[in-house]
Amino acid sequence: MKISALNHLILLLLLLISQLAALGQTTVRGRLLTPKGKPVPGASLAIKDSYDGTTTDSTGRFQFETTEKGRQLLQVTAIGYKPVEEWLELNGTPVELKLTIKEAIDELKAVVVTAGSFEASDTKRTTVLSSIDVVTTASANADVTAALRTLPGTQQIGEREGLFVRGGSGEEARVFIDGTLVNNFFYSALPDLATRGRFSPFLFKGTVFSSGGYSALYGQALSGALILETIDLPDQSSASLGISSVGLSGGYQHLNKKKTASWGANYGYTNLYPYFQLVKQRPDYFRIPAFHAGDANFRIKTSKTGMLKFYSTIQANQLGIRTPDIDSGSLKNSFGLTNYNIYTNLAWKERLGKKWKLFLGTSYSLNQDDIENRLQDQDNKDQLIREQPYVSKSFDVDARGSLLQVKTVFDRRLGSGLSVLRFGGEWLYFKDDVKFRDTIARNNLQEDQFKAGFAEVDVYITNNLAAKLGTRVEHSSLLGRANMVPRLSMAYKLGEKGQASLAYGIFYQKPERNQLLLNPDLRFTKAAHYIANYQVINSSYTFRAEVFYKKYEDLVKTFPSTNNSGKGYAKGIEFFWRDKKTIEGVDYWVSYSYLDTKRDYLNFPGSLQPNFAANHTASLVVKKFITKWKTQFNASYSFATGRPYYNIRFDQGANKFIVADQGKTIPFNNLSLSVNYLPAIGRSGANSFTVWVLSVNNVLNQNQIFNYNYSYDGLTRRPIRPAANQFFFIGCFISFGVDRSQDVINSNL
Amino acid sequence: MKQTAFLLLFMLGSFSLFAQSEKYQKTMQQRIAEIETAVQNGNMPALANTFERIAEAEKNQWLPYYYAAYCQVMTALLEQDKSKVDPIADKAEVLLKKAEELAGGANSEINVIYSMIATAHLTVDPAARWMQYGQSSSAFLEKAKAQDPTNPRPLYLEGQSKFYTPEQFGGGKAAAAQVLEKAIAMFDQFKPASELHPTWGKAAAQYFLAQCK
Repeated sequence: MKISALNHLILLLLLLISQLAALGQTTVRGRLLTPKGKPVPGASLAIKDSYDGTTTDSTGRFQFETTEKGRQLLQVTAIGYKPVEEWLELNGTPVELKLTIKEAIDELKAVVVTAGSFEASDTKRTTVLSSIDVVTTASANADVTAALRTLPGTQQIGEREGLFVRGGSGEEARVFIDGTLVNNFFYSALPDLATRGRFSPFLFKGTVFSSGGYSALYGQALSGALILETIDLPDQSSASLGISSVGLSGGYQHLNKKKTASWGANYGYTNLYPYFQLVKQRPDYFRIPAFHAGDANFRIKTSKTGMLKFYSTIQANQLGIRTPDIDSGSLKNSFGLTNYNIYTNLAWKERLGKKWKLFLGTSYSLNQDDIENRLQDQDNKDQLIREQPYVSKSFDVDARGSLLQVKTVFDRRLGSGLSVLRFGGEWLYFKDDVKFRDTIARNNLQEDQFKAGFAEVDVYITNNLAAKLGTRVEHSSLLGRANMVPRLSMAYKLGEKGQASLAYGIFYQKPERNQLLLNPDLRFTKAAHYIANYQVINSSYTFRAEVFYKKYEDLVKTFPSTNNSGKGYAKGIEFFWRDKKTIEGVDYWVSYSYLDTKRDYLNFPGSLQPNFAANHTASLVVKKFITKWKTQFNASYSFATGRPYYNIRFDQGANKFIVADQGKTIPFNNLSLSVNYLPAIGRSGANSFTVWVLSVNNVLNQNQIFNYNYSYDGLTRRPIRPAANQFFFIGCFISFGVDRSQDVINSNL
Repeated sequence: MKQTAFLLLFMLGSFSLFAQSEKYQKTMQQRIAEIETAVQNGNMPALANTFERIAEAEKNQWLPYYYAAYCQVMTALLEQDKSKVDPIADKAEVLLKKAEELAGGANSEINVIYSMIATAHLTVDPAARWMQYGQSSSAFLEKAKAQDPTNPRPLYLEGQSKFYTPEQFGGGKAAAAQVLEKAIAMFDQFKPASELHPTWGKAAAQYFLAQCK
């Protein structure tokens, strides 16, 4: 009984004390640090379900009073950090806390693997070049690949189409649109003249240009990959009209009221007749280049997260060129080409649940080239001379190539961070039917069922360290061979803006079709890339430095027999600097590439620097918008040291190929200027918008020599030069209903 | 006896409920008053956290989330280090989404903040981002105007944006002054739905108007 009374008393006393404590406030104070001991300012501390809490100061310290009592949950949050919770016992006694908080892995802060690749997209928050940059690069004339030639790693090649990347030939870089390979990205090859890409830059919202070490999702390109992503729904319905010194164009895009679907069609006709009347061309164009290009598209939002895109283009073009024959002063060589091209792409992207994403793409293309090459006399009459070297100069080619392909990629997020597993496969069916006729007719049909499977994982170890590990397996039915390659890259963030990346990969590519005709038993050609890169990007400037080493193996040799005994290397260092801030209103970039490369392939008598490789290449691109004049001025200057040229001849006595003559071309220089005038800027309520474009390539009329052709006897050498030293363009583009000028002006604000 | 106890309990309960709402009212008023000086004394980030705490504790009030989002987006707009702007603006959007949910949809005031969030993203890299954020920023303002034609804030923001836009593109001081004058006249007429509803913007509009002259 006594004990019980005492108990009661104690209980009462305890109750009283706790009541008293509850009336008072508890002070909570301490410091919030990262695991490395760095203070975290601006973090929020809150007692759950109460108003009480505070914000950390610049040294990470905090202090607040709370009237809450007992066991309470303290929640700590800060932007860019993983939330932390801590149970507190609040009883009036001041609480001292030492809290640590870890950085959250998030897309914005996280390091991105950048070795070897340049991204240009409108959606990424930091970009090197955006799509509008492509259109406003003076030397590019709105050609995507020409704009890429102002970036490091590319060569200034004017005698052939293609991107020549880090000692690789044009065939070694491939183009992908919405995930699938494009077989005839450029207009059909012409003798000693470069051709443009077939696709308008306005078709693409994103561009990734990889000059090496690209992802396992892509293959069959020994040196580089240009990965293009088409635009989504337009902002509004619009019609467009264009008239220029080379042709006419018109189009219409319709966006439905709910903004969930759009369709459109465009047609363009290019004819160089008026231009050639004004600007003299070196070759005699007996058939003036004329191009028809029609395209159609639809884009449908299939759900909140799904998008279906269709794009198709049909093109027809023709031209004929006559040049003096190199082996005879009195004869001419005449080349005629008619080309038909169809390209179709259908791609679907959808999110499946929270973790999965699906990509499904299919594309079909058909290309037909009809070529007639003739030897002609001074009256342009065909001549048939049945002896070398003339006999091989009269021929016809009907080449028909098609490519059907399907690709799927599954994307699965791993854990709560940014780590992703990607895997999938592709199936490509190539069919090439070539009919060749000179003195006799030869037909050849080549088919290849090409299959590939790939898997890649992006692992974010921390915000500062990421790795991309991939593998790719390929099989070609034509070669009857398979390969499996690793692709690895990693990136480490150094400080706030800087990061270092490393990349390694092995890349295989099928031999060219002509080589397979000579020896159907050829293997894949092979290149290994090693790349190290350092880059700093912030909103006002970008700096990149990259070193690479590339080892070629199993290249195709055509002498003494056709086999895979060729080899080579390329190494170099490249710099890129872009600055939008230092000079008020001026945006400029500079790139420089040093390349050291040699290879022994084809009929090379030994290891030689190929004629498509210059040792030093540099470009400067400058853009300035002058608000008062509503005009943008663009200039670009490209320079490359001379490239080697060779006369590789067969020496009957020695029974092998020898370098009978060699030298270096003059250095390449090209200053280009362009002006965009936008008279309707800021005229509110205007329902049409006009852009005037004026551009001049090679303003200084500098002599350009790309290479030399040799006569059969080796006694005559003739420079390969552009069809004309300069190119002039003037055009006026009007769009109704949509203010496309906003693209241009606002990119310069 | 039981009934009395029940009544007592009920009364106690409602008293604490009443106390709670009084505390909410009082705290909110105090904090809202602090917003005016927060720009000058760098108090915006802390104030954003304070409003967020109130919002989390209250659970069913949209205004604390609204003010938290407002303070966050102001922090983003005042931030000099452009690389920090996006995460802050994203945070503002998260808060605003919660306000939108509790308010039963995006009202005129909420759309004003959406517009400011888009502007914050835009300032990071105006050249590359115009297409995306420039257009959506003005679209939100138009929406806000349409939803409440008496709301002066969308007009004030429009005036401010005109102030920063070159004359050749339809902006300039003269154009800005016109809009700002109209906005100030509307501020004088504007009656907030309650003491806690947004009233901010008049002083800033007056400041920009003075700069125009």
